[in-house]
Amino acid sequence: MYGYMNNLLMMGSFKESFILNFIAENRYMLIVNGLFVTLQVTFFASILGIIIGFMVAFAKLSHVKVLNTLAAIYIDIIRGTPAVVQLLIMYFIIFASVNISGVVVAIIAFGINSGAYIAEIVRAGIQAVDKGQMEAGRSLGLSHGATMRYIVIPQAIKNILPALVNEFIILLKETAIVGYIALEDLTKAGDIIRSRTFDPYMPLLTVALIYLILTKILSKGLGKLERRLRQSDSR
Amino acid sequence: MIVVKDLHKHFGKLEVLRGIDEHIDKGEVVVVVGPSGSGKSTFLRCLNLLEQPTQGEICIEDVSITDKHNDINRLRQKVGMVFQQFNLFPHLTVTENITLAPMKLKKISQEEAEHIAKKLLKRVGLQEKASVYPNQLSGGQKQRIAIARALAMSPDIMLFDEPTSALDPEMVGEVLEVMKQLAEEGMTMVVVTHEMGFAREVGTRVLFMDEGIIVEQAAPEELFGNPKNDRTKAFLSKVL
Repeated sequence: MYGYMNNLLMMGSFKESFILNFIAENRYMLIVNGLFVTLQVTFFASILGIIIGFMVAFAKLSHVKVLNTLAAIYIDIIRGTPAVVQLLIMYFIIFASVNISGVVVAIIAFGINSGAYIAEIVRAGIQAVDKGQMEAGRSLGLSHGATMRYIVIPQAIKNILPALVNEFIILLKETAIVGYIALEDLTKAGDIIRSRTFDPYMPLLTVALIYLILTKILSKGLGKLERRLRQSDSR
Repeated sequence: MIVVKDLHKHFGKLEVLRGIDEHIDKGEVVVVVGPSGSGKSTFLRCLNLLEQPTQGEICIEDVSITDKHNDINRLRQKVGMVFQQFNLFPHLTVTENITLAPMKLKKISQEEAEHIAKKLLKRVGLQEKASVYPNQLSGGQKQRIAIARALAMSPDIMLFDEPTSALDPEMVGEVLEVMKQLAEEGMTMVVVTHEMGFAREVGTRVLFMDEGIIVEQAAPEELFGNPKNDRTKAFLSKVL
């Protein structure tokens, strides 16, 4: 921080640094475009993650042994390896010979990655619903599937939603590694500006601030959501 | 109406039911009593296959429910069940709790289902609770709603698994009253309970279970007044 102050003094002012890093050569566009890439990857990977997560959760809860095992293996592999390695494998091995945009590869990689975590969230949420609910549904003659759909899942959603938003916050930050496959996301944009202006402070701290604001918005939304769920909690 | 042949249930190494043969006729109110761990709840839960028997056969209205080829979901529609912990659906209103199964399974309209629900609520004396959620009800009210929910499928048999055991003492009466009324209307009932007063007053037959078998059975006045088996005597001397 002391160095930064010196730096500011040397360069004259905060204002000059701001102009150099963001206004000159329209460098703010790097940040804007980067932010767009970050949001794009996070948003679509979340959707993919939810789809995969629910499917894998049901596979893990099913009574079909093969599905249980496959789901367990998938979750083990994803949770046991770094996301950045998964991303590199996806880009340089699986899609190496396919003409496909890096953004799509990142969405798939992060979708598959968050799918494993979401699967565990969904599974735990469903298992937290009292066993008596399933028994009551079945005793009325409803099938397992119908009881799940009309009785268990609606209650499980209440357990799942807060943890799911939390997962999105983690995912948003995690996408900062897409620079590894040559995508220019928010983090990469800050780094590019740093390498051109030789000023690490202004671009990197700005990037950090933007992430902070985004995650704050999400967690504020999460807080609101939790309060509303508690209010309508009829248990 | 219910025929049970050589019913066994094991949980791992633990033998909870060790050979039960029983015949329950239409219109009977069979009360099952016995010390905890005697297998009476497991026996009851086998009757609608909430527990899968390890061995033996159960027939309801001449259809084997233990035969895997028969559609258990269809068979369960004929057998209502009331649980100790009520198990009302907390995310649905009282009316929705009652109308869900008839609407999904009998494909009747919402209007018709709500009409049935209204009548059932009147029957259990809770018309004014039609649109509230279960968490706004007392234990006794919850259990009466649970009975109405089971009745909405117009079952031929009702199973009660310790329906008053989770209730505060002052609420036991209102639930037993509904059950008594149901018995008087001729419903076939199997009731696991610790309420000896109910067994005596409403039961047509009492089964005493211990260690996974039916030790003794008789009409209530006979079993309570003149028990034959030593284990029955020992149990009754503790609870009466």
